[in-house]
Amino acid sequence: MKRTLENIEDQFETFQILNEDGKIINEDAMPDLSDDELKELMHRMVYTRILDQRSIALNRQGRLGFYAPTAGQEASQLGTQYALEKEDFILPAYRDVPQIIWHGLPLYQAFLFSRGHYHGNQFPEGVNALSPQIIIGAQYVQTAGVALGMKKRGQKSVAITYTGDGGTSQGDFYEGMNFAGAYKAPAIFVVQNNHFAISVPVEKQTAAKTLAQKAVAAGIEGIQVDGMDVLAVYAATKDARERAVNGEGPTLIETLTYRYGPHTMAGDDPTRYRTEDLDSEWEKKDPLVRFRKFLENKGLWSEDEENKVIDKAKDEIKAAIKKADEYPKQKVTDLMENMYEELPAHLQEQMEEYKAKESK
Amino acid sequence: MAQMTMIQAITDALRIELKNDENVLVFGEDVGQNGGVFRATEGLQDQFGEDRVFDTPLAESGIGGLAFGLAMQGFRPVPEIQFFGFVYEAMDAISGQIARIRYRSGGTQNAPITIRSPFGGGVHTPELHADSLEGLMAQQPGLKVVIPSTPYDAKGLLLASIRDNDPVVFLEHMKLYRSFRAEVPEEEYTIELGKADVKREGSDVTLVAYGAMVHSCLKAAEELEKDGIQAEVIDLRTVMPIDFETVLKSVEKTNRVVVVQEAQRQAGMASHIIAEIQEKAILHLEAPVLRVAAPDTVYAFTQAEEVWLPNYNDIIERVNQVINF
Repeated sequence: MKRTLENIEDQFETFQILNEDGKIINEDAMPDLSDDELKELMHRMVYTRILDQRSIALNRQGRLGFYAPTAGQEASQLGTQYALEKEDFILPAYRDVPQIIWHGLPLYQAFLFSRGHYHGNQFPEGVNALSPQIIIGAQYVQTAGVALGMKKRGQKSVAITYTGDGGTSQGDFYEGMNFAGAYKAPAIFVVQNNHFAISVPVEKQTAAKTLAQKAVAAGIEGIQVDGMDVLAVYAATKDARERAVNGEGPTLIETLTYRYGPHTMAGDDPTRYRTEDLDSEWEKKDPLVRFRKFLENKGLWSEDEENKVIDKAKDEIKAAIKKADEYPKQKVTDLMENMYEELPAHLQEQMEEYKAKESK
Repeated sequence: MAQMTMIQAITDALRIELKNDENVLVFGEDVGQNGGVFRATEGLQDQFGEDRVFDTPLAESGIGGLAFGLAMQGFRPVPEIQFFGFVYEAMDAISGQIARIRYRSGGTQNAPITIRSPFGGGVHTPELHADSLEGLMAQQPGLKVVIPSTPYDAKGLLLASIRDNDPVVFLEHMKLYRSFRAEVPEEEYTIELGKADVKREGSDVTLVAYGAMVHSCLKAAEELEKDGIQAEVIDLRTVMPIDFETVLKSVEKTNRVVVVQEAQRQAGMASHIIAEIQEKAILHLEAPVLRVAAPDTVYAFTQAEEVWLPNYNDIIERVNQVINF
């Protein structure tokens, strides 16, 4: 009798390029990025950290609606997105707003999404993405469909999707990987393992030692990556993308990461389920700190440079929130107009009733 | 007597039944150490241990299937669906399996499961967190659907639900969780499922409602009284089965009815209630039975929520229509 679990789990080592001190420990795996591209990655991480801080503040002031904090997960989110091409299609979960912003979604629309305004989800032409998914895991099966469609059309592009460690427990997670695997569809499945599904630690989520190994049963490639190391995340995604467009099928990427903030801004209190020790253990792995060190050592980054990004981010956020404020408020009749291609008679009747209410 | 919010009354009922019956198990996403996202299970894991009160992996269909399986082993599961908009993920477990096992086994097996879930609008939640899906549940033969409107009712109805040998979907309106406190006996008591409660007596018009809309009806009734209109407010408390006896008795007295639901107008509970009234009491009616309901769109999460949700002014408007018919 030959049992396999132990042999499989041992094969999933964490892929890392840049260690916590900002030193390259895996030179061979170093991605081919120019100095300008490296700086652009840092620029995006700093910008996104500021966006997170401002979004939290705006939420507390009642100027934003639903918001799921992103600090800590910048390398996982932006490293994957940076490896994409414009024609690739993103299926985000609700924490994955930064990826679609860097894929082209105007900031003011991201704010309108947060406020539950439909215009936040009216993506401009050429922004290949869905609006953030609320139901855990639903986007995984949809990704198999988008990827299969790309394959049928002969496109050299990929569909990429995101969920968290909790999402891997949903049936949709397995179904999505299995379908994409069966069709050898060009899909990339990212699990941002931030170790807590709201309050439930990943150890209670599954008996599996890694989430990456869940790829094995679907017969697709799986890799576990240091999700605080933007270079490793980028390299793993780039590799998955190349294989996908070459017809070699989908990949599951597990990034080990951490969300510093609460699950969402709607009353979650992480002190009920996480210790300060654990928080500070992860803060030491911070993706910005280590990448900053790396760039500074190469003479590519300075405090001055960082301050410029921070100022730019603050200015743009201010302008975007102003634009969101100026956008006409959503009305019940707007909801009605977006229900069907043609308004059915009963809704036509209700439309008149609510137009009258709204003009009062 | 103690002063309790509805969420405290729910926790109290769970505590009592965990203590009374070792087969009661409470589980769901974040219900353990975290005490649930609304704190409905606060302190229960500490008191009863992880064997009785536990977190599940994140999968609503898994939670439904687990509850079914545990019921087959003689347990009395009380699972939580974190927000009722997530129930679509568990629809096969609930409608295709749990609701049907009594019939499927020729009455030899049953699923005494109480699925608790927060629902209802007005608290600025994101998409799929606030939908009123009681109509969808009431359309599944084999299920009972219970919706409390007060802390007192919540405790008595939840205890009755857990003790019921048929599966119950127990829907807790989020806006009522902490909106007010009321007197709740500290000892245990049950409220019979399928019995409506006349929350206010009146002779001129009958308002039929459940959940948060009961309070909108009571507010409307107060306003109407200023104009000399006495409204009777019936809280159905259980929308499957419905206590038509109480409804019809009131109709015979007032001869005028408005049915109020927070859910969208199309194919909802109100349509069913009105159909039943006209079948059984048409000769007692002095005016068509009117509805107050939300428009037929997806729930207006965050923006336009206040306009979208039916309110007491909408109720007053409809009452005036049936009075002046």
